[in-house]
Amino acid sequence: MVNLEIDRVSVRFALKGATVQAVNDVSLRIRPGECVALVGESGCGKTVLASALLGFLPGNAETSGSARLGDVDLLAATDHELATKVRGRQIGLIPQSPASHLTPVRTARSQLEEAARILGGDADQAAERAGLLPEHLDRYPHELSGGMAQRVANALALVGNPPLLIADEPTTGLDRDLVDGLLQEFRRLVDEGHAVLLITHDLAAAHQVADRIAVMYAGRIVEVGPAHEVLDHARHPYARGLANALPERDFVPVPGQPPLLTDLPAGCAFAPRCEQATAICEDRPVLTDDPHAVACHLPC
Amino acid sequence: MLSGTGITAGYRGPVITDVSLTVHPGRTVGLAGPSGSGKSTLARVLALLHKPFAGTVEIDGETVTGFRFRARQRTKIGVLFQQPRLSVDPRFTLRQAIAEPGGDRVDELAELVMLTDDLLGRRPHEVSDGQLQRACLARALALNPRYLICDEMTTMLDASTTAALVGVIRDYQTRSGAGVLAISHDATLLGRWADETVRL
Repeated sequence: MVNLEIDRVSVRFALKGATVQAVNDVSLRIRPGECVALVGESGCGKTVLASALLGFLPGNAETSGSARLGDVDLLAATDHELATKVRGRQIGLIPQSPASHLTPVRTARSQLEEAARILGGDADQAAERAGLLPEHLDRYPHELSGGMAQRVANALALVGNPPLLIADEPTTGLDRDLVDGLLQEFRRLVDEGHAVLLITHDLAAAHQVADRIAVMYAGRIVEVGPAHEVLDHARHPYARGLANALPERDFVPVPGQPPLLTDLPAGCAFAPRCEQATAICEDRPVLTDDPHAVACHLPC
Repeated sequence: MLSGTGITAGYRGPVITDVSLTVHPGRTVGLAGPSGSGKSTLARVLALLHKPFAGTVEIDGETVTGFRFRARQRTKIGVLFQQPRLSVDPRFTLRQAIAEPGGDRVDELAELVMLTDDLLGRRPHEVSDGQLQRACLARALALNPRYLICDEMTTMLDASTTAALVGVIRDYQTRSGAGVLAISHDATLLGRWADETVRL
């Protein structure tokens, strides 16, 4: 079992006449037996970071920094290396909207058995562990409900027994009972010693399952710490605003809109929306180094 | 008042059987229920986008006689869907998408949902889900609908964007007296948003 060490990773996309700064200087460590949730609004760079770890970025992307999983630097590895050593074997991906990720013309069983053959796993065991009955496996993707498709995706991600799982918005579109079941499954995997990176905009789900929460804003991690502390005693004004926007809390939006990733301010990216901002915020705040870290000059 | 009475509807077989639901002007009705219980089917019937096998839909005292392209009263109802990406023509800029219903009020509507000029010039793949759903809300309000049907409108959105869009809808309701049907599987959200919640 090895740590995932993300160290000062940045991802830029070159467009005609503009550069999109999608991920900026992100550092994060995920240990075995730990679930880290990466939260933030859509478009803040969460999925880009996950894609970078798996080598799924488009051709116009430039990366810097390093992401080490054991002795492999995921950002420097060749596609061949990622395909034969990392994907499915070291890192399992549970994609967003699993039903649309399955091959529509093949049954769940045929896809799972292919993955098991190539990755050297056991299809029946993976299916059983994901809570699938044999008759579910004989269905085609369009015959699976959202919850069943999710379980097939889980079985596919787990069949090669990878130590690290990346789940990209796995709870979107599932009802509360299915979400609870899925999160329990993640918790069980974590307790067995897997590391899980849960990418989500669902703070309630993050709170329920994660050990630590990292809050991302405009491509940067602005706060990271123990899950309940980040939600109940947020130190970054954005994280606090996000927590207070929950319907069970104040249900009040964070004022304003996130900045364009093509035109990020030189200082704190949140300052234009921040009530507490002063002249000092024109300097970019650095993420502190304590267990509950924050990147803010004037933390709450 | 927007009401469905004794609605039986589905695709090959019925998904909902003999369901009745009423939305009064100025009120917000929540509709909850597990995946596959027929929430979206009922929403499509009430939005006149799907013809039921049986039952009647009434809008402000007038019984609906035609659905889909035969629906004369379609413009009285605005609809927001779960996945904004599937409900906007990918070739349109956000400005064109908002102008699609035939309004000349794009700037006013964009201000309502807090979309900046720069974002209006972009196409769907160049904006986030939250920004695209804002454009969809502006489009849904373009013809001043008497009723607004929000089918899992916030599923793809973070807490702050959810709160912001619900705020825009409430302001519109206060101004126009429109009725809202809010569909969600998030009981906490409906408890906060709706005046009453019906389970399917």
